[in-house]
Amino acid sequence: MSTVSVPLPAWINYGLIPLLNLILAFFFSGLVVWGIGENPFEALQLLLIGALGRGEGIGFTLFYTTSFIFTGLSVAVAIHAGLFNIGSEGQAYLGGLGAALVALAMDSYVPWYVTMPFAVIGAALFGAACAAIPAWLQAKRGSHIVITTIMFNFIVSSLMNYVLVRVLIVPGKMAPETRTFLPGGQLPKLDWLIAMFGGKIGAAPLNFSFLIALIMCFLVWVLIWRTKLGYEMRTLGISPTAASYAGIRYSKIVMITMLISGGLAGMMALNPVMGASARLQIEFVGGAGFVGIAVSLMGRNHPAGIVLAALLFGILYQGGAELSFDMPSITRDMIVVIQGMVILFAGALEYMLRPAVVRLYQQLTGK
Amino acid sequence: MDYFDIFISILGSAIRLSIPLLFTALAGLFSERAGIFDIGLEGKMLASAFAAACVAYWTGNAWFGLIGGIGVSIAFSFMHGFASITNRGNQIVSGVALNFVAAGLTIVLGQAWFRQGGRTGQVPPEGRFSSITLPGADMVRDVPIIGPLYANVISGNNILTYIAFLMVPISWWVLYRTRFGLRLRAVGENPGAVDTAGISVAWMRYRALIVAGFLCGFAGTYLSIAQSAAFINNMSAGKGYIALAALIFAKWKPVPVMLACLLFGFLDAFANFMQGKSLPLIGEVPVQIFQALPYILTCVLLAGFIGTARPPKAGGVPYTKER
Repeated sequence: MSTVSVPLPAWINYGLIPLLNLILAFFFSGLVVWGIGENPFEALQLLLIGALGRGEGIGFTLFYTTSFIFTGLSVAVAIHAGLFNIGSEGQAYLGGLGAALVALAMDSYVPWYVTMPFAVIGAALFGAACAAIPAWLQAKRGSHIVITTIMFNFIVSSLMNYVLVRVLIVPGKMAPETRTFLPGGQLPKLDWLIAMFGGKIGAAPLNFSFLIALIMCFLVWVLIWRTKLGYEMRTLGISPTAASYAGIRYSKIVMITMLISGGLAGMMALNPVMGASARLQIEFVGGAGFVGIAVSLMGRNHPAGIVLAALLFGILYQGGAELSFDMPSITRDMIVVIQGMVILFAGALEYMLRPAVVRLYQQLTGK
Repeated sequence: MDYFDIFISILGSAIRLSIPLLFTALAGLFSERAGIFDIGLEGKMLASAFAAACVAYWTGNAWFGLIGGIGVSIAFSFMHGFASITNRGNQIVSGVALNFVAAGLTIVLGQAWFRQGGRTGQVPPEGRFSSITLPGADMVRDVPIIGPLYANVISGNNILTYIAFLMVPISWWVLYRTRFGLRLRAVGENPGAVDTAGISVAWMRYRALIVAGFLCGFAGTYLSIAQSAAFINNMSAGKGYIALAALIFAKWKPVPVMLACLLFGFLDAFANFMQGKSLPLIGEVPVQIFQALPYILTCVLLAGFIGTARPPKAGGVPYTKER
């Protein structure tokens, strides 16, 4: 009997199966650790202590989490409309230019809370601009959005390389980066948030954009499940033909969805550019756009799930960095392996365990 | 140096730079023609480069290195197949996952085994594919125009280069003149019809992925033990994606794939040459333009401004026999 059409309760679909997939991903990552001659359980312990043991570690973990929430939301919004936006990386990179231009223009005149809204808009606009052409190509010319967004990751990378090396570089300096923003162009640290739980933030760059990320989660939830536009997006994602019969305009929804998706990715730049390093640096995104894919898949494209998945990856990133200090034979790139395993098991192989779970469920409930 | 010599040297380096693209794009040709999107080309190339370097380092034999590279690449193909054919997972997600696994695993294992920051050890000369001087190359060197072209562009490459160009007509023949090729193209266009004819769609697609893995293994091997003498972190550096762009640019056809790869290789070589030089009238052209040009051209093509690129109809859709 086919198990595909058997309905399962929500706690299995959204709780048990993702958890089992996650366990599988960690099991295989553990095999790699074991294979290079280290103890996986010890490694896991060091990783957790590094990520959550002290206030500073938590600060770093939440800093990474912030970036991943933005890119995760970006991927998720697109997926709801049936679009796979693989270009969050490039959109975030260009968003950094938007945020940096605002910060450079305003930081010597006004305090940060005046700069911030403009920076949010600037980052979102630039991110959206980067998504606009692939969106138009998909909507009007039928070019596959996956391919065009990959191409745009590289195009943006070359463009930013040019802008930083030739235009925005500080004259006389070697490093391809802008000048350091004054406090008027920086986002304040959230030391009080860590202090509320009795920790010290130390050098951790957790900053105001964490709160912006949480607000965006709420707004995305409202958009997807509480507005007409969100309803049209989900309809398009589930069945383009049904959407077309219902009079939903394909090209309009594709354009709007991708602009929102690109905007959310662009806002990710606020966190590292204005929150942490206070300057625009080359390659500052560092793969966060791709982590967004994993985060969105893990979180089942729901903002609440995305926050949890982003936190998981934040722990992995911060804990992985600490782990590589404690166990020199495990490099920081171990987290890339884990990330790959999570995408593989939670994303590509998400239905692998379902038939077995269905059979078990049927036996237990006696149906 | 006059312009002709410069042209010859750019052409030579264009060929060297286009070989990994050519193998990878042909690999993509087989899997995409069978209806399996292959974003994981980049990861396969990287993993096979690492495997080839390791095996060649340990055995000191380039051919063993090649076999190692091909083996690992095919193993990655099987993972892709297991996820996207057997379990009907999303092919793009699976490809992205494999890229991550390859990028991480090569560095983690490289660091654990060689402790050189992710590099493998220096492969000894006999473990590499060195350049071959074709017969008569030295004799004709002084003949104007044809001489340097033969001696510096056609001769003096390693054996993998010649295999790469040989793979183009072979791929064409396999795809268009054999029963296997006909069925392969059919599962990419209309898997239902192939299934009705009593042929297993899944097995057909698996075989296409094995061929893709086989070809991708050559690309990785070329990077690590023909073009250089060790594996370096992230040495594929986006070449898998350029190959993907070349494949689309060539509209999923073997001979145009070769031309597109040569074009993109030439752009790369020209960008290297133009670094810090200025053109008459225009002045200094930023090298970033040349770096971005393959991607821009592909987007322009996809937009339908240079003919139309029609992908295989069933591409990216997992085949479900029945509900």
